Formats: sequence, C-alpha cells, structure tokens
Amino acid sequence: MKRLKVRTFEQGIHPKYNKELTAGKAFKFASQPEQVIIPLQQHIGAPAKPLVKKGDIVNLGQKIGQATGFVSADIHASVSGEVLAVKQVNGSLAVQIKNDFEDRKDESIKARGDLIDLSAEELKEIVKEAGIVGLGGATFPTHVKVSIPAGKKVAKVILNGAECEPYLTVDHRTMVEQADKVIYGLKALMKMVNAKDGYIGIEVNKPDAIESIQQAIKAEDNISVVPLEVKYPQGGEKQLIKAILDQEVPSGGLPLDVGVVVNNIGTAVAITDAIKAGMPLIERTVTVTGAVKNPQNLIFRIGTPLSQLIEESGGFVGIPDKVILGGPMMGQAQSDLELPATKGTSGVLVLNKEEVGTYPKTGPCIRCARCVDSCPAKLVPTALVNLTKAEMNLELQDYHVLDCIECGSCTYVCPANIEILQWIKLGKENLKAELRKSE
Amino acid sequence: MIGGLVMSNRRRLTVSSGPHVRSKESTSNIMFNVVVALLPTTLTAIYYFGISALMLIIACSITAVITEALFQKLRGVSVTISDFSALVTGLLLALTLPPELPIWMAMVGSIIAIALGKQVFGGLGYNFFNPALVGRAFLLASFPVAMTTWKLIDVTSSATPLGTENPANIAFRDLFLGRVGGSLGETSAAAIILGGLYLLYKGYIDWRVPAGYLGTVALLTTFVGKGGPVFHILAGGLMLGAFFMATDMVTTPVTKKGRWIFGIGCGVLLVIIRVYGGLPEGVLYSILLMNMFVPIIDKYTLPRAFGEVKING
Repeated sequence: MKRLKVRTFEQGIHPKYNKELTAGKAFKFASQPEQVIIPLQQHIGAPAKPLVKKGDIVNLGQKIGQATGFVSADIHASVSGEVLAVKQVNGSLAVQIKNDFEDRKDESIKARGDLIDLSAEELKEIVKEAGIVGLGGATFPTHVKVSIPAGKKVAKVILNGAECEPYLTVDHRTMVEQADKVIYGLKALMKMVNAKDGYIGIEVNKPDAIESIQQAIKAEDNISVVPLEVKYPQGGEKQLIKAILDQEVPSGGLPLDVGVVVNNIGTAVAITDAIKAGMPLIERTVTVTGAVKNPQNLIFRIGTPLSQLIEESGGFVGIPDKVILGGPMMGQAQSDLELPATKGTSGVLVLNKEEVGTYPKTGPCIRCARCVDSCPAKLVPTALVNLTKAEMNLELQDYHVLDCIECGSCTYVCPANIEILQWIKLGKENLKAELRKSE
Repeated sequence: MIGGLVMSNRRRLTVSSGPHVRSKESTSNIMFNVVVALLPTTLTAIYYFGISALMLIIACSITAVITEALFQKLRGVSVTISDFSALVTGLLLALTLPPELPIWMAMVGSIIAIALGKQVFGGLGYNFFNPALVGRAFLLASFPVAMTTWKLIDVTSSATPLGTENPANIAFRDLFLGRVGGSLGETSAAAIILGGLYLLYKGYIDWRVPAGYLGTVALLTTFVGKGGPVFHILAGGLMLGAFFMATDMVTTPVTKKGRWIFGIGCGVLLVIIRVYGGLPEGVLYSILLMNMFVPIIDKYTLPRAFGEVKING
C-alpha cells in the first residue's frame, strides 16, 4: 500500500465521533414493514405527481410518482401490495401501500446492459428513471447534478467518503462491503459527465474502507483514494474539493465552476444497482444508533416507519430526548416516529438528555472567537449574529453571510451557548428579502 | 410491545434546530482557568509582599464579586457571579496595585472597575474597556501618590524600576524573578509567563497579542529610550498586561489580523508613553486606548471568506 498524504481544509472542529458503536457492524436487511408510507417529495425540487390511486395493486419497483419538471425525481414502490391511500403526510402527498410480502418485481426491472455499451445520455436516463437523489442527506436529484450546462466542462468526479457527521457509518460500511459497486458507480458518473479523473476522499478513521477501495481500484489508472484528516465538516462539498484538489469553489458558485462534480458513496452504489439490475431507488442504508439497545447499520425499504427501525435495533435505552434524522450536527430532530424513513434518511440517532446536555442558558458573547477560529467558510459568526440582531441586513452581505454552509461548527463551540447558526439563518433570510425588495 | 413504548415516548421528544451536540466549553470554565493561570503570580505576590498583598487581593476580589451581584440585582437581571468573570477583574486589579495601598482605596477601585468598567455597558461581553484597567485608571487619577509609592523588597520605599534614572543598576535576573519593587503582580516575569503559557496551551489566549505587544516594545526600545529591550519587557506591568489584559477576550479583536494590529498598537503606544511621555508606565493607557479601536479593527480585518476569489479566476 502506497503511503498517501493526509489532506484537509482550514479550520473546522473535532466533535466526539462516536462511530465505534456501529463502525464494525455489517449491514443487515431491516425486516419489511406491514405498510410503507412513501412521500412524493423526498428530494430537493418539485414534488412528484402520483401515478396510482387507492385500491391499485402495485409491484416492487413500479413507478408510483412521476417527476414534475426537471428538478424533481421519480418515486417507486418499495414493496408490492395494495395502495391504501394517497394522502397528506407531514405536509407532503404520500402513497400508503399495504405490503403483501410477495416482492413481486415490476416488469420494468431488468438489467440495462454494460457500462462500456451505454452512452452518457443513456446512463443519465437510467439514473433519472431510477429516481436517484443524493444519498448523503441533501437529496438533490442526481440526474440534474450530472446534466452539465453548455459551456461548463467537468474534469473530475469526487466521491464523498469523508462521512464527517458523528455517529454515522453507512458510507464507511458501504466502502468496506461494496467497494466494487462504489467504483462501478463512480466510473458511470465519470462517463456521464465526461470526466477524466475520479477521486474518493475518505477520512483516515476508516482504514478498512481506504484499504478496501484501494483494492478495488488496483486496475484503474485514473481513480485515486485521498485520505482525509478526521475533522468536521470534512465532507462539506466545498471543503472536500479544497482538501482533495486544493481549489476553492468561488463564493456563490458551484463545484461545477471549478470543473468538479461531487457525489455521495451511497449514490454511486444506487447508480450501479440501477444499471446492473435495473433496480430503482427503493431501499437505502441507515445507521440506527445512539441510545438504542443494539446500534446497527440497516438496509431498509423506503417508507418504513422510523419506530420500526428503532424497534429493530432493540428499542430505546433510557428516556429519549431527541430522535434525529441524519447526524447530530446537521440532522433534523423529529417528534413523530410513525413518520417514514425516506431517501434522505442516512441516520436515525437517538439522544438521551445526558448526551444532548442540559440545555444551559444562553449567556452573553464574550468574544472568545472560537466561532471565528472554527468556521470552515472563514466568516466571523459573532459579527453575523450582532448584525442580524441589529437588523443591519445589507451589511450582512459585506460579511459574506450567504457563504455560510450551515455546518453548525460555530454553535457547537460557543461557550456561551448562543444559537449562532439560527441567528445566521435568520440573517440570510433577512438579507435575501432585502435584496428582493431592492430589485 | 416496544411499539407502545415508542408511542408513549412520542410526546416527550424535543424538536429543536441543530447542532444537537455541543462542546463542553463554557464561559465560567474559561474564566476559572484565567484565575488558575493567575495563581503563580498571585502566590509570588503574597510570597514577596506578605500579608498586605494577601489583604489587597482578598479585598479586591470580594468587592468585585459583591459589586457585580448588587449591580445585577439593581438592574433586575440574573446574578451571574458564578461565571468567575468578576473574580478575574478583582484579582487582576489587585495585581496592578502597589502593596502599601490602603485597603479602602483598593475597594473603591474594585467597585469602579465592575460598576463603571463593566456593568454600565450591560455587563459581561458588552464592555469596551478592560474593567480592571478602568479601576486602576480611576485610582491613579484619584490617589496619584498612594498609587505610585513602592516598597522595594527588604528595603524602604523607592520608585518602581521604570522611575529610576539609571536602569542599568537593576539586574535582569531580579526583574525576571520578581525581586524588585512594583505592583503586586508586576514583579515576577517568570510567574506571569508560566500562567500565560498555561492559557496558550488551553487555547484561551492568542499568541499573536503578546507576540505583537512584546515584539514591538522590544524592537522599538532597541533604538529609543534608556535601558534597552530586555529591561523594558521585564520591568513594570508589561508582562502582566501582555499576557492577561491585552488578551482579554471581551475587549480585544476577534480576527487574527486584528489581534496583530492590537498587540502592535499597544506596543507602539507603550513606548511613546514610557519614552516620550510624562508617565513612567504606559501599559495601562496603551491597552485602554487600543480597546477603543477594537470595533473598527474588527470591521476592517475580516478574514478572506472561503471562495472569495474571482469567478473563473
């Protein structure tokens, strides 16, 4: 094994990672639920429109929601069975299906041929048809990401194996267990955007993943593994590009502006499955962890209730205070556990009061500058808070508020427990409103 | 069964925005560590000056804490003396006082430090000036004689080394170890450096400030003034100022470039005051004056934001 230099971006934080709970645990299939609730909007963009109605019998993998517009994604049945209802669930239309446990595959599911024979356009169509979205949690439709606007050229595709969110281990396990699928998916992505080089960035706390990927790329000349320092938010798109290529995505720009497309590890595997088996995105990986009896990595059918994933992991230990979808830094707290896990659910993290802390009272800012020293976007968070409080909205622009990536490092380090990120989010909205007004 | 458990817990789940985990750091922990870092200097002062030093330290500290509590009660805000910040102010003030100062004067200084230096601005985090130095400035203006009468160790009253006409007579080793006259905490550079290193190690102060401050003084006094750089760095309150006052989080810049400017600015002002001014000592006013520039320094030293480059550049 070649010795490689460990790379990173400037600043950032070192939260407790807590990955040992699940890092060594191989994926298990979660048992299928009696019913699935499949929201028609599980992605960034327009919601899909339903193709089925109450009483319809659907097959596994059958398209039940049609993307509306370009930035949208198709939705497929994750079990075979009867449609019980098409109804509003948590603010979005969803299809409820009673599982008949037959896993009757839809006739549309068949292998799509080999990577060598498929053209870039055909590959993009496969990705679109499979309803694939970014599985790191952002759920941006993948076919949009790989549609390169005229005039832009992509030289490099990066797969994000940093997995810098504490607790989560799905990308880690995927790289260990399915390295070949990861690389196949990466090559498909490279073909789709006509990129010459591929990179896989992995934090060095996953030596088995680095080893496994290195084995898988032995025969590949233009794909390389880049070991990354263990630091949050190493997996932020812009931080990852800075670490791997030493290039900065310009303020307000996209990775495309530096000729790069970044995708998640799980997304690459979903692409491989869509090509090789014709299987749309009907299941995904999740780390169920924290204060549960048996923390583990699961593969679940989209639409499985959160409560079932928690039960499957032995149930709560102690009294849960928060259930978080995703990781503890950027994940969202959820109160209704009967809601379904979806395409964006990379983690179900249960935190007890002791782990969350005792919610200490917010004190005054003592200008310790810990937020300044940790901000990966090199902003001055304490100043952003003050400007937001003073409603000096246009000044926020001079302080580059819109470059905030909302990673939460500032709030994490604040000794005064100020909700810095929340203030900054408010400041962003105020500035945007002000800019719209002046247009 | 477990499903029922999940259901019954549903209503109790907290929903709030992330991040959902926080570092263990707290304001009171930072302030407590400043007190810890001041211990070597405090103990040295008591060792050299005895009971009078001990009394001043206790009086200033207790007065500061009580003033803070009273003021907060009057303002109708919650009392936060457990955050140790008032204790830091009281202790720091005591360390800038001459050992023979009457206790009541020290207490008045401590009241002024907290009331005028901190609480009138809104309390911790909102003050522009270093509160301990505000207290000292008040005492210096009100009781100039008492504030500038120094007891030399084992000897009778004399001037602080900076007041002497012939600095060459003072051994650097004595300055370093503290066997010279001066205020409580100004005598031993070694004790201050020890505390300063602790704060640097803990990440509670930025090395740029003492480096800029001391470096500037060393550079300038190589060319101007009497005594040379080593004398100027070790004598008077410079070490205490550079490690414990110019590094006060609340009243110094938050940007790295800003901290350089702050430290260097303090150094320039100190040399001007010491060499060309009428006062023997310049630490107090150099820091207070630079405190006033902090908002504008912060404003004009914003770090280059990530991605702040030319598009297509």
